[in-house]
This record gives sequence, structure tokens and C-alpha cells, in this order.
Amino acid sequence: MDWPILSLSIWVPIFAGVLVLCTGGDQNARLARWLALFGSIAAFLVTLPLYTHFNMMDGGFQFQEGHRWITSFNINYHLGVDGLAVPLIILTSFTTVIVVIAGWEVIEKRVAQYMAAFLIMSGLMIGVFAALDAILYYMFWEAMLIPMFLVIGIWGGPNRVYATIKFFLYTFIGSLLMLVAFIYLYHQSNSFELVDYYQLPLSFKAQILIFLAFFMAFAVKVPMWPVHTWLPDAHVEAPTGGSVVLAAIALKLGGYSFLRFAMPIAPDAAHYLSGFMITLSLIAVVYIALVALVQKDMKKLIAYSSISHMGFVTLGFFIFNPLGMEGAIVQMISHGFVSSAMFLSVGVLYDRMHSRQIADYGGVVNTMPTFAAFAVLFGMANAGLPGTSGFVGEFMVILGALQANFWFAFLASTTLILGAAYTLWMVKRVFYGEIGNAHVAALKDLNRREFFILSVLAVLVIGFGVYPHPITEMTHATVNNLLAHLAQSKLL
Amino acid sequence: MNAIQSDLYAALPEIIILCMAMFVLLLDLFLKSHNRSLIYIFTQLGLAAAAVVTACTHNVSVVSYAFNGMFVDDPLSDVLKLMMYLTTSVMLVYTRQYVSLRDMFRGEYFALTLFALLGMMIMVSGQHFLTLYMGLELLSLCLYALVAMDRDNPRATEAAMKYFVLGALSSGMLLYGMSMLYGVTGTLDVAEVANALLQGAPDRSVLVLGVVFLIAGLGFKLGAVPFQMWVPDVYHGAPTAVTLFIGSVTKLAAFAFMIRLLIQGLYVLAIDWQGMLAIMAVLSILIGNITAIAQTNLKRMLAYSTISHVGYLLYGFMSAGTNGYVSAMFYIMAYVLMTLGGFGIMLLLSRKGFEADNLEDLKGLNQRSPWYAFLMLIIMFSMAGVPPTLGFYAKFAVLQAALQAGFVGLVIFAVVMAAIGGFYYLRVVKLMYFDDALDNTPIKAPIDMKVLLSLNALLLLALGMFPQRLMDICAYAITHSFQ
Repeated sequence: MDWPILSLSIWVPIFAGVLVLCTGGDQNARLARWLALFGSIAAFLVTLPLYTHFNMMDGGFQFQEGHRWITSFNINYHLGVDGLAVPLIILTSFTTVIVVIAGWEVIEKRVAQYMAAFLIMSGLMIGVFAALDAILYYMFWEAMLIPMFLVIGIWGGPNRVYATIKFFLYTFIGSLLMLVAFIYLYHQSNSFELVDYYQLPLSFKAQILIFLAFFMAFAVKVPMWPVHTWLPDAHVEAPTGGSVVLAAIALKLGGYSFLRFAMPIAPDAAHYLSGFMITLSLIAVVYIALVALVQKDMKKLIAYSSISHMGFVTLGFFIFNPLGMEGAIVQMISHGFVSSAMFLSVGVLYDRMHSRQIADYGGVVNTMPTFAAFAVLFGMANAGLPGTSGFVGEFMVILGALQANFWFAFLASTTLILGAAYTLWMVKRVFYGEIGNAHVAALKDLNRREFFILSVLAVLVIGFGVYPHPITEMTHATVNNLLAHLAQSKLL
Repeated sequence: MNAIQSDLYAALPEIIILCMAMFVLLLDLFLKSHNRSLIYIFTQLGLAAAAVVTACTHNVSVVSYAFNGMFVDDPLSDVLKLMMYLTTSVMLVYTRQYVSLRDMFRGEYFALTLFALLGMMIMVSGQHFLTLYMGLELLSLCLYALVAMDRDNPRATEAAMKYFVLGALSSGMLLYGMSMLYGVTGTLDVAEVANALLQGAPDRSVLVLGVVFLIAGLGFKLGAVPFQMWVPDVYHGAPTAVTLFIGSVTKLAAFAFMIRLLIQGLYVLAIDWQGMLAIMAVLSILIGNITAIAQTNLKRMLAYSTISHVGYLLYGFMSAGTNGYVSAMFYIMAYVLMTLGGFGIMLLLSRKGFEADNLEDLKGLNQRSPWYAFLMLIIMFSMAGVPPTLGFYAKFAVLQAALQAGFVGLVIFAVVMAAIGGFYYLRVVKLMYFDDALDNTPIKAPIDMKVLLSLNALLLLALGMFPQRLMDICAYAITHSFQ
């Protein structure tokens, strides 16, 4: 069993994307769609051995591949995954299949470019999760911006240019500071290997600066308050597929990178600044949830809800206990499913009515009963109802926070109320009540394609809500490993 | 006899280019206008012959001097010359259609290009202040004439005038600086100047003043702030074919010029010129990037982008170490490839009576031709320094060199400015991909240009993924040419 599974996971979708691009103009749109579907399914299948052949007891890196790459700077093509990366990689390849199906007939212009952008992006994001060399990681991290930039800019809404340039520049400036940190670490250790960085002793000042540089890069991506402002813009303007990938995966890149880079490389700084990080996280959880409450645009509401949920994730990381950290990881995965489902639901409505304003709807349940059932389920999951995957992560983080400090847990748990308030209020206004207007009266219920996607997601949301064991089983050893590492000082 | 032979042997590529330039000039007299393309073929052949000779006479890691040490044939000069032939040759392919549509497809265009190339080759191989200066003047005079080639165009004439006046001024500064160095050290030979300085120079203040003048002159030639005023006007006014030449190949010569003067000659004074270069670098990055945002003309935008690239190049130099020079060389190589591609796309979109030099002209390129839009996308992201393109490793190399030399604050500044610079490159992508086309004229170009342009842009991507070869070449050229 010596297949380079990680390389395949990265390059199969990229290669498929290039192939789809080669189909050319819209006269071959049918071919492009089918090719993209097969490509994404193949890409999903090659990531599955990562789960089946994963050694749950081992908290280190598995499936490692290493080749010399740029010898002048000691840069290697080094891949490897642990229990943190594998679920995210599978989530990525799975989401790509969903996105391809979701864009099936909705995207009419430049189909090949659309499908190719998502396939290539999927490979690049898997690369981010799998890279163990800082520059390799950086390349994937930055290269991912290019297709996303184009997706929002070409297929987005009316204000797409502003949103996409803001998205690109916000991320770009943060990442460049991270690059400076990498170069600094390189001059200290003469290596770009992540594992070397883990062992490298650093002075307190250096650790603080490195942590802040990483913070600039990752906080933008997560996004944490107050650098979150690009996200609502990007989400609102992006096509449905773009929103799904942004919410389900792109945001996880930031959270993942905190655990992979910022915290283990500068553990003393991470402890020192944990109060700061927890404060920002709690502001995101409480304040952004309040902001979500007053949104008139459905996508914007879900975008703010994503930021609020991501606040939970960073909170879980920085309370430094196993429950919090595992909860945060479960929350990341669960949010991947729930937010995808929410954005797809908005997409279903938008494709029919070309409006995302809550006020334009009302009484949708009368004309689309099946869809309403799904939407209510996902709304519940977003609010964190027990029995859905949304509940598991939030509950674990709150329990973890309770071990650290009562008030953290208290503030964090307000989300159970606020989250329920903004989600259910939106569901009520859109789906229940009298039929709002003639357009709503003319709505048609889900077609087979939409029904298929939403039911797959519904099964997953309930499945992981009832039985989260597959995720926690994978992450358990890794989290313990990481916490043990974080407990040791790396000061010079 | 033997001495003369070996002298001529060392300068064989120069002699070939010189002969070819004169031959082209003569041939032009006897050719009817319909078989002018013969000149083009001979020019390309001359470049190919020079390339073959340079490659064949290349002695691995041997430095040989000629003409009493005024001329050097070392790995650095060979690598740079080969790159120059390649760039000039590609440039001629890109510009052939453009110049023939504008009635510039004449012997002079090719002869001046070859003479300019000769000037640059002499700059690359100069080991004596006078040789260096001679090469520089030969290059500059040809460039003034080339800018004014389209002589009925008032903007081109104005640009040529401006270029000439400021160019002459900067040459004067260079000469003045050299004369001060001569006054203190008593020699104009690069190696002897370096030796004299090592012995401990008597009058440091005169020396430093001389360096100031040299740096100012170099700053003019490179187009670094605060000596950048001519760059946008000349880029804008000159025919795009000539802008391509000025923007790409000549930067290689300027790079060599800096290596010969500052590093081989005045390394002892590094502590003095480091600071000056740092100021120029920071200002160039700042002003280049900020001003480029406000441009509506693509040529002017690329002019300011060049200024900012020069700033990054200077980051490599100011690190004053082998690592820094290698990165600077890597940067200049990457820069030349990117500039070729960028102007290549502009030349591709131009047609008779229409210059595609406004940003607007790129609108909707993705609808007109997805392939060329994709190529330009690569070029723009490469200029912005986004991986996986060559431009990223170029920036990476100079920044790591500067960081190694301890310029932490300056590196952070450069990085922040790179993000700001990202904006105007993104705007080009935005125009191509997000906007609708204004005119749908089909893009017509000779097949050789299309192929070469595609290779050019794809090379940026390929080298972005596998930059090791190019890094090795640069490291070899620098480390084996001087200690």
C-alpha cells in the first residue's frame, strides 16, 4: 500500500480541473459538467483511504511523502497529515462534489471555467491541509486565492468587484506577513520544515512577533472580529458554490493553521496572548450574533452566523484543554456541513426568485413543503439543537470553557439563545405566515438534483449529531499530542 | 600576436554583433521594400550566432581578462549575454508585426537594436570605468534614436527629447563620480580601484561624494526614485516595441553595471552605498506602487510597476552579500521574463492604427480570447508576486536576503507595499475577466508570436513551480565570477 495518497488527493482534482478547462467554450457545457462531476467524484474517492487506513492511535503525521524540491533554500515537497487534517481534507473533497452538482444548471455562462475553478481550488486547499513544508504550504495557501478571486468576480452578484478585491487584498496582506515570519524562522533554523520549527527554541519577543504575524494571516481567514468585514461582502456577492466553499472550507484554513503553525511554533506567545484571543473570540460570538439578528439579507445573516460560529472555534483552541480543542474541531467539521446546507438553501430560493431579501418572502412552506422541512432542519442545526451536529461542537466547547473560567462559558452559551433567535426568526419570516406575494405563490418545490444534495447533507448533519465518534476518534490522539507540545515552553 | 588573438577571442560575440549590425545597415541599402524581411532573418541569425559563440567559448568557472584588463569574460557576463540574446530575439518576434504596420520595419530599427545590444554587452563585460561608460553611451544613443523612430508622432519625439536630456545629465553625473574616484585612487580600472580602496584610501569624504554621484547616475539609468521622472513619459511616448526593449533587456545591462561598479569596484564602501540604495529602494517601492494605482494607461502603469520592481531589486543589492546578489540576479531575470510577456500581450492586441495601451483595451479579454486572458492573468499574478508563479520566488529571494542582512523593518514595509501593489495588477485581471468587451475585433498575430508568447507566460508558471534551475544558474554566475 504505497500509493502517494496525499499527492493524488491534491493533483487529481487539479488535473481534472485543467481537463475541464480544455473543453473550451459553452458549446461544450454538457461535457464540461459531466467531466467535472466525474473528476470531483474521483477526487473524493482518492481521499477516502486517508480515513480507512488512518492509524487512530498515532498522534503524529501519517501518509508522509517527501522529495527535495528547491535545494537553494532547503524547500521540500513534504506532505503528511494527522487527525486534524484528515477530516478537513475529506470535507473538502466531499464539498467539491456538492458544489459541482449544485452549479449543474444554475451556471449558464462559462461553465467550464466555473467547474475548473472549483476543482483546482479543491486540490489547492487539500494542499494547504497536507503540506508540512512552510513554503509549500504558503504556495497552496496563496494560489487558492486566484480561483476564488475569479469565482466571486465572474459569477458573483452586482457588487462583486468590490467584494472580490477586498477579499483578495485582505488575505494577501496577512499572508505576506506570515511569509516574513517563515523567512525569519528559516534564517533561525535553516529549514522550512514544520517539524523543525516545532523543536526550534525562540526568544519570547520573537515568539510574540511570529505569533502576531501568523495572527494577521489566519485571523483574516477565520475570520475573527475585527478583521471579518470582508466575509459578509464576499458571501453576499459570491455565487452559491463560492459561498459554500468559502464557508465550508476556506474559513477552516484559518482555524486549522492556528493549530498547525501559530500555536505550536510559538507556544509561549500563544499562552501569553490567550486572553487576547479569547476576548476577540467572545466578541465574535456575542456581538456578531447580535449583528446577525438585524440582517435583512439571508446570505448576510448566514455569513455573520458563520463568523459567530468561528468565534467558538478560536475560543475552543485558546482555552487549552482537550474538550475545548476537540469541540472546536468538531465544530469546524459540523459548520462545514451546516453552513453549506444553509447557503445551498438560500441558493435554491435565489435561483427561483432572484432575491435574497427576507422581506421578499413569506409563507414559502405553502408552496415548497419539502424544501421547508429541510430548511427548518438546517436552521435547527445552525442554532445548535441537540441531535444535530451543530450541538456537539458547541456543547463540548462550552464544557471546556467551563473548566477554564465560568464567565467564558457563560458568554459563550449566550449563543445558544442568540443563534436560535436569529436563525429561527429568519426561518419564521421566510417560511411561515401568509403567502407573501404572487411570486412566492408561484414557487415550485425542489427538483431531484436539489433534493439529492440537501438530503445527503441532512443525513450527515443528523448522523454526526447523533454519533460524532468518527471525528473525535480521529482527532483524539492528535489533540493530546498537540496539547502536550503546547504545555512545554520553547523559550531560549 | 598571441595576446591580440586571445583578446579578440574573448570579445568574439561582440565582434559578431558589430559585424551583423553593419551588415544589416548595408544590406538595407540594396533591398527592395518587399524583401525587407531578409533583414529580420539576418538579425535573428546574428543573435543566434553570437549565442552559439558565447556558449561555446564559455569556460566553466574561468574568469579571463582581455585588452589589458579592460574587458572580462566571466560566467556572469556569459549568462547575462545569453539572456540578452534570448530577450532581444523574442522581442524581435513580438514586435515584427507591430513595426511593419507602423512603417518602422527598416534597416535602422534592426541596426539600432543590434548596436544597443552591443553597448549592453560591453557594459556587461566592462572591467574599466571607461569601457563601462562607452558601453553605456552606445546603448543610450541607440535608445534615444529608437524612441524617436516614429518621428511623426509628437509624443514620441517629446519622449525622446526628455530621455536624451535627462540621460545626458545622468551620464554627466556618472562621469563626474568616476573622475572623483580617479582623483583619489589614481586609476580607472575596476580591480585596481578595489585594491586601492582596500589599502585604505586617503580621502574618504571625496570618495563618498564620488559614490553619491555614481549612485545618482545609476539611479537615473535604473529609474529608481528620486531619479524616475523620465520613466513614465518615455514608456508612454515611445512606440510599444521600443518600450518593450527599454523595459526588458536594458535592465539586464543596468544590473551588470551595478555589479561591476558597486560590488567589484566599490565593495569596500558598501557601508556608504548600502544606505543610499536603501533610501532609493524604499522610495521606489512606495512611489512606484502608489502612483501605479492612479494610472489609466497600461504603459504608464507598467512604468510605475517597473519603478517598484527596481525597488525590490535594490533590496537584493543593499544586502551586500553573495546571497543578496544572487537574489537580485534572480529577480532581474524574472522581471525581464514578466515584462516581455506583459508588453507582448499589448503588442498582440495592437493593430494598424490602434494602440492597445489603455487599461480599457483589456476589457473583456476573457470573452475575446480565454487563452490570452489566461496568459495575461499569469503575468499579472507573477508581477504581483503571488505563487505559484516565478514572481513569487523573485520577491521571496530578495526579501529573504534583506532579512538575512537584518533589514527587518524594511522587509515588512516592502511586504505591505507588495499587497498595495497587488491592487493594480488585480485591476487588470478584473478588466479582463469581470468586464464586457468593448470591441470584438478578432486578435490576429503571426503564429510564431502566438507560440512564443504562450511559452513565455507558461514559463513563468513552470519556473514558479520549479525555480531551482534558474536559481542554480544565477548562483553559478555570481559565485564564480568574483570572490
